[in-house]
Amino acid sequence: MPMKENKTLRRVIAASSMGTLIEWYDFYIFGSLATVIASQFFPKTNPTAALLSTLATFAAGFIVRPFGALFFGRLGDLIGRKHTFLLTLVIMGGSTFAIGLVPGYDSIGFAAPIIVLILRLLQGLALGGEYGGAATYVAEHAPDHKRGYYTSWIQTTATLGLFVSLGVILLTRHSLDADPAKSISKFNEWGWRIPFIVSVLLVGISVYIRLKMKESPLFTELKKSGKTAVNPIKESFGHKTNLKMVLLALFGATMGQGVVWYTGQFYAQSFIENVCKIDFDQSRTILIWAILLGTPFFVVFGHWSDKIGRKWIMLGGMFLAIISYHYLFGQLLKIADPSNSTELVDQKMVKSERHVLTTSDTLRTVAVIRQYETGMQVTEKTVDTLYKGGQLQVTQPAVKTAKILGSTDYWKMTGIVFIMILYVTMVYGPIAAFLVELFPTKIRYTSMSLPYHIGNGVFGGLTPFIATLLTTIYTNDLLVGLMYPIIIAAVSLVIGAVYLQNKIDPPIAS
Amino acid sequence: MNQLKKWMGIIWIFLGPVAVYYLIKTALQQTTAHPTLDAKIQWGVFVVVFIPIAIGLMIFGYYAWKGEYKEE
Repeated sequence: MPMKENKTLRRVIAASSMGTLIEWYDFYIFGSLATVIASQFFPKTNPTAALLSTLATFAAGFIVRPFGALFFGRLGDLIGRKHTFLLTLVIMGGSTFAIGLVPGYDSIGFAAPIIVLILRLLQGLALGGEYGGAATYVAEHAPDHKRGYYTSWIQTTATLGLFVSLGVILLTRHSLDADPAKSISKFNEWGWRIPFIVSVLLVGISVYIRLKMKESPLFTELKKSGKTAVNPIKESFGHKTNLKMVLLALFGATMGQGVVWYTGQFYAQSFIENVCKIDFDQSRTILIWAILLGTPFFVVFGHWSDKIGRKWIMLGGMFLAIISYHYLFGQLLKIADPSNSTELVDQKMVKSERHVLTTSDTLRTVAVIRQYETGMQVTEKTVDTLYKGGQLQVTQPAVKTAKILGSTDYWKMTGIVFIMILYVTMVYGPIAAFLVELFPTKIRYTSMSLPYHIGNGVFGGLTPFIATLLTTIYTNDLLVGLMYPIIIAAVSLVIGAVYLQNKIDPPIAS
Repeated sequence: MNQLKKWMGIIWIFLGPVAVYYLIKTALQQTTAHPTLDAKIQWGVFVVVFIPIAIGLMIFGYYAWKGEYKEE
């Protein structure tokens, strides 16, 4: 490839990837801050209801993605890729920025959760339009024999967006005050808004870069020849020839990919924090390390798929996930179980504090800190109200457990999450090229966006939610939540293995 | 392989209604056991979202049965 062409392609990838990364960042900070947002925007009388409301909002963000895929996909096939994914970026950035400015429930009542819900829906719509545009745009610039490699850069952005969101949250959480406890308190109070507000700067830069890019060459050619689609939605889903490929892409690839993606990157983190009871910071830094180590493999598997085809790499990732999830999550539980280590009894500490809230209300906090041979520290904090309204209260104390792992256990857990991220890179690295190659240029944006966002958004996005729900139905099995991703991935694996063809680098200029 | 693709189509045609039945049954059980607004909303969302997908799976099965995915 001539050097100038190579340089142009690198710019195309950089501009597309940066915008897509920012969109994912915007989308994930909301999910990562679900608990804080719940306390700010939803009635505080019932914390569980508040958290569920936020998760429902989170899910709403995923469920509207297919609608965004249809709306913006249609637009992208009619007016072009460049302007459409520029628009999605602006909508996403604007919504994220606005979430950072919405007054809390205490200030404006029910208007607060309603506004947040609307903005979250807008985020979902924008994301639904972004990914298909970016993947199509890069693929339509890439040469035939390197489509998997070049589109895999777009594939890194979802994971890197999560990485950046976790990093910004941790950084903000610890930099608001010299005293760590005060810093966290300030973060929960108002500092959580910062990650939302800074998004506007990132989006501004990305819009500027994207404005300078040209339209995809394949779409430009199509437009010149007057062969663009008249009704992309009808042509995508109203004709059997194309609809059957949309269904195959959904059930044989994106559905399995979605659940593997969200189990490795979201449910794993939620499981480590809420089931294993690992401390807030450690549960996030474990994921950050695993993502950092795993991300290059998106490009490795994308590149490899140019040589051996996309099918077996994606299905290989699903297969490995199906057979090993139970064992891997079991290992996470084992590592976090202090009974597997000897307690250093002489180092046990008990701290009791009384917090005078008002002249008539007093809160008592008792923290029991245990140390273990493996370096694990387990803190059990019991909070109860001693005096309320000047009267002695006997209430059910709230007990909160937080474990800090020793170094060896910390890296063991990181290694396990890294393995799960590797599966993610296998299923996700080649999938943009795979989807692009299934559909013709004139309806590509619409056709590939819908199965992607149903698979990734609906099947995948609901994984942490459904898995957590299963653990509340079948309470005696901590690993029961894995049944959902395992069953969905297994069905997708069978359909993919039987029905998908392993075409190596088919031409897409049609 | 083409015969396998065709006959497996029947599985997908039946898997759609079975999944919907199981989903609705669980949704009814759960909303009866926990008749809160949250429970109703979340199960309502699941039912509304997954029914069209189950119909899509049946259409996929039908296409498979009709030999739409056979390799020439």
